[in-house]
Amino acid sequence: MCLAIPGKIKSIEMKYDGKVRMAKVAFGGIIKEASLEMLPQAKVGDYVLVHVGVAISIVNEEEAKKTFKYLEEMGEVDELDIHSMLPDKKEYSD
Amino acid sequence: MKFITEYRDPKLAKAFLEEINKTVTRPWSIMEVCGGQTHSLVKHGILQLLPDEIRMIHGPGCPVCVTPISLIDKAVFLTLQQNVILCSFGDMLRVPGSKLSLLEAKAAGGDVRIVYSPLDALEIAAQNPEREVVFFAVGFETTAPANALSVIHAQMRQISNYSILCSHVLVPPAIEAIMEDDETKVDGFLAAGHVCTIMGTLEYYPLVERFQVPIVVTGFEPVDLLQGILMVIKQLEEGRVEVENQYARIVREEGNPAAQDTIFEVFEITDRLWRGMQVIPNSGYKIKEKYSAYDASRKFDISIPEAEENQACIAGEIMKGIKKPMDCPNFGKKCTPENPLGAPMVSSEGACAAYYHYANIGSTIE
Ligand code: SF4
Repeated sequence: MCLAIPGKIKSIEMKYDGKVRMAKVAFGGIIKEASLEMLPQAKVGDYVLVHVGVAISIVNEEEAKKTFKYLEEMGEVDELDIHSMLPDKKEYSD
Repeated sequence: MKFITEYRDPKLAKAFLEEINKTVTRPWSIMEVCGGQTHSLVKHGILQLLPDEIRMIHGPGCPVCVTPISLIDKAVFLTLQQNVILCSFGDMLRVPGSKLSLLEAKAAGGDVRIVYSPLDALEIAAQNPEREVVFFAVGFETTAPANALSVIHAQMRQISNYSILCSHVLVPPAIEAIMEDDETKVDGFLAAGHVCTIMGTLEYYPLVERFQVPIVVTGFEPVDLLQGILMVIKQLEEGRVEVENQYARIVREEGNPAAQDTIFEVFEITDRLWRGMQVIPNSGYKIKEKYSAYDASRKFDISIPEAEENQACIAGEIMKGIKKPMDCPNFGKKCTPENPLGAPMVSSEGACAAYYHYANIGSTIE
């Protein structure tokens, strides 16, 4: 749970009455939402390191791709796949 | 060394390894503080590739492993309250409490849900206004901004049925406690790259100064680790003590200021008990008074007796580098990842689980 995973910002929207900048971030084939509040300068197309739903650092494309590939090979990106956890799909089997 | 060919950059790894071999003349003990680094070192067989002079000590840098048993008990207690949905990172579910783990509490009828992010837990709260949602907020500095944000969002979105059970721990005070412990002998540290992404590197200068020990901020991939180890060894062999940054492609000296502001909006520094160690002064975060409505330990009346640690587990000695997982009589026998006696056997970032899963790989090298 301590790793940050690099992904690419696909789109940005302002949520909660325009108070919070959230992005859709692509990690390989998985798209997840991430808060951009820690990276006010981040824009669409940037690669960002995301840790538990919050983007914490901008990284360059080459580094992002290499790191993602490495993490994927290590089986470390599986934690992204628990979107089955989200409220509409409650059940999770171990 | 066939194993090294699996590294992202085997040539570079080999070059670092040769350089390490050329540089080292005496025995040195180096602690990697971060559990992710422990996992990587063991999984990639790096421990077997290093020269005999270098001993790696696996530090207390796994939040799952150092969360005190009494806090697991509190989470289990809350889980079994009828109206509570307890949300947690997946790694916490198997950690043994004094009676039950969260997984066992779930089997006993508790509503436990694994989430990827505390913001997902907040969303569950928004969609279940008649229930109380508690997020089990553990982690090092890296995770603190996300946990703090969930509280800030809860207030902003006026979601009053959300709170966090918080047990944050901090890296620099742990390094301090390790250096002050007479039993441990650590000559140099690899500091955790992702923690420094948030906090920067400035906090390490006073530690280097005070304890005269090299600290190298290091990433978690094999090549990063080998380079970090080389940088520590170079300092030691040359008689230098400095803060150096192997992970400069990600870590800036000042860290991420917006993330630090978010942390200190919600949290303040407090003493914390580390499982297997002791209370370390100023080693954690607690929720500030002004956000107490979101603090599960204040919101709920959790009056349960303080539990004792399992005496059979020697995790404390392992984290201080006095013993290795194999030195534990329970290792692989009474204690396995399916049936852990202590927390370091639960998480893949814990030293015992890492050795259990990958120790055999190492012996097939050559
Ligand atoms: S093997 Fe099990 S009992 Fe022994 S130190 Fe590790 S976690 Fe504790």
